[in-house]
Amino acid sequence: MIAELGHYALVLALGLSLIQGVAPLIGARRGDAALMQLGSSTALMQFVFAAASFAALVACYLMSDFSVANVFQNSNSQMPVIYKFTSAWGNHEGSMLLWVLILALFGALVAGFGSNLPATLKADVLAVQAWIGAAFYLFILFTSNPFLRIAEPPFEGRDLNPILQDFGLAVHPPLLYLGYVGCSIAFSFAAAALIEGRIDAAWARYVRPWTLGAWMALTVGIAMGSYWAYYELGWGGWWFWDPVENASLMPWLAATALLHSAVVMEKRDALKIWTLLLAILAFSLSLLGTFLVRSGVLTSVHTFASDPTRGVFILAILVIFIGGSLALFAWRAPALTQGGLFAPVSREGALLLNNLFLASACATVFVGTLYPLALEALTGDKISVGAPFFVLTFAPLFVPLLLAMPFGPLLAWKRGDAYGAAQRLLAAAAVGVMAVVIVLIAEGGSVSLAPFGIGLALFVMGGAVTDLAERTGVVRIPFAAARARAAGLPRSAWGTALAHFGVGVTLLGIVAETHWNAERIVSLKPSQAVTLRHYELTFEDVVARQGPNYREQVARFAVRRDGQVLATLEPSKRSFATRGMTTTEAALLTRGVSQLYVSLGDTAADGALVVRIYHKPLVLLIWLGALVMALGGALSLSDRRLRIGAPKPAAKSTLAPAE
Amino acid sequence: MRSVILAVLIVLQTMTLAAAVQPDEVLKDPALETRARHLSRELRCMVCQNQSIDDSDAPLARDLRLLVRDRLTAGDSDQQVLDFLVARYGDFVLLRPPVRTSTFLLWTFPPAIFLAGAIALALTLRRRKQTGENFPDLTKAEQERLATLVDDRRPTSPR
Repeated sequence: MIAELGHYALVLALGLSLIQGVAPLIGARRGDAALMQLGSSTALMQFVFAAASFAALVACYLMSDFSVANVFQNSNSQMPVIYKFTSAWGNHEGSMLLWVLILALFGALVAGFGSNLPATLKADVLAVQAWIGAAFYLFILFTSNPFLRIAEPPFEGRDLNPILQDFGLAVHPPLLYLGYVGCSIAFSFAAAALIEGRIDAAWARYVRPWTLGAWMALTVGIAMGSYWAYYELGWGGWWFWDPVENASLMPWLAATALLHSAVVMEKRDALKIWTLLLAILAFSLSLLGTFLVRSGVLTSVHTFASDPTRGVFILAILVIFIGGSLALFAWRAPALTQGGLFAPVSREGALLLNNLFLASACATVFVGTLYPLALEALTGDKISVGAPFFVLTFAPLFVPLLLAMPFGPLLAWKRGDAYGAAQRLLAAAAVGVMAVVIVLIAEGGSVSLAPFGIGLALFVMGGAVTDLAERTGVVRIPFAAARARAAGLPRSAWGTALAHFGVGVTLLGIVAETHWNAERIVSLKPSQAVTLRHYELTFEDVVARQGPNYREQVARFAVRRDGQVLATLEPSKRSFATRGMTTTEAALLTRGVSQLYVSLGDTAADGALVVRIYHKPLVLLIWLGALVMALGGALSLSDRRLRIGAPKPAAKSTLAPAE
Repeated sequence: MRSVILAVLIVLQTMTLAAAVQPDEVLKDPALETRARHLSRELRCMVCQNQSIDDSDAPLARDLRLLVRDRLTAGDSDQQVLDFLVARYGDFVLLRPPVRTSTFLLWTFPPAIFLAGAIALALTLRRRKQTGENFPDLTKAEQERLATLVDDRRPTSPR
């Protein structure tokens, strides 16, 4: 019954989205307030029904209703409740339902909180949003229905893939989806602006909080996914340049670029056309990610061809929305007016440079990810494009970007003073250069790029601090006065500095982990010890434990440093009977921001155990940096001018209430 | 989308556990072992989804790791090892695709798109600067009109 209700609610949501896609659009053209208002009410109701549908699926999972095929395939009555809950989206159908739920949520938020928007813009935005929703409701209902029943229900479910039985599944997909789908708002605003043929600084101000929110979710979502892979996969890698990861990196790069160009548009009324294009691209890349992952095209072009229903459906959605929006762009964008003027060396110029690098990096990832697929489809040749390619092409674009980054915030709008900015960055540069020299000496002159990486990271961090010091005047004026100025500084200024600082932190982590990662791969018998750097690990014994739906072999290691026992690490191997699979659970010892990582390999016949031990200096900075970036975004989001919104033209557009 | 989940799922399809290099594979000579590890990261485990043989636990990856070490011990240079593997398995084994006609676009695209972007950016900036600063000079008539307008706004000028 619950499954049927969920199914029914989904169909109703589709119906509502169809109304929402048409009525407000007509209303906006005719100036009919009632029709426009219909957009808001349908958006709210559509969210209610999408939520009801999702709740129904979750209920089926929590009750272990194995008569529902989706639950049978991805759940098990023995699983802890949290995993029963998260497994609702740990599969194709459920994850698509989560996708539309978040889409509907954003639509409802625009309807509920968009009271400061001009009525026609709001109506158009909601209509575009509804088209996206309708397309995905149709996709779910026709190709990926999670509510299908099994005629003869089995007693027990097949269990969730053990690797997904982790807290990461509770956090990573929802955050990533918030980010992906959040990009749809910027897309809808862009499409609405093109339909209206009017775009101004106020538009940028309306869109910015949504972009910022989506960007934050994407940043944390990607970082969480990376950390999850790091501790779950058992070899300590945190980024693999896998096509699936690239699919999430591309929208992030585009959204980052959009965030920056929207600032120029908001403050200076310039770069309108480019900003619109970026808004379209960011969401298009999210859709592309959905296509890549959901169609099976990544495994092989041939898999795609053999079972094309889902793939072709998403491809059609992709073509309609990307093609349609780009066509609309090509048609309407030339009519938009050019904005404010500026000199090449200026804040605007710096932000454009940022966009150049980010867009190029995004295009590089795009080509690297899709080239093998295209080549195989066209010629049948199979090539691999892996990490070495991406490192080689991505780094040359990111290093100059990071070098230039501290200059940006120090340049004035319209016409900046590059020499002055360089002078103010002397301290930061000195810190960076000193770091290079110190690391070079410590490394004993061995040839590597590590010292320069560390220097660059510190320069970036120093640049962010310089930015704040300059704005508060803390080195020039008395402390009390500087404190007063700091209090008066807009939160977006703090946000910028913090986010830029976070980039430096992440870079520091990446460089340190890449160059000073130490590993030992050894075969140990009980009571044997092994040393890595300052740590001595003694393999004590193996104990068996019974988990809720698995058995595990736990190996215990005493970790000593200078003879002192620091901790007992308990890496384990879990075997899940239902799927007949085993997973490794790495054990981590965190010291400051560095980690000692122990994971288990095979056990030999004589009881010797293969153990992999890694010492990863500063590794946590990789993800902490991402959190700092997101925190910067949050600060910026709380800025007064974003909360209040643009000066209201609403007085005119507040029309008679629709009844 | 759902980067890790899928990465993980795909990894799982081809093997049970990811845990790469085994202790018995490690070469005695540290310099040679370092070269072997370095090469392993450039080579694809062909039965896996986008994994290097250094990361993969598949039996094929182990065979390839041992093969790389055998060749190195036999005195091959890094390039000779790579050539040997390409001759055997084709370009597919290389994670860094070689520059050929078929990959020409792949390699030239990143610098090309950057250059194209940079040129477009430079042109835009130049155009903006021109329209911004090079207003045509006022004609004589316009200058006189401007002067009278400015004069008019002064209350009384004894001039």
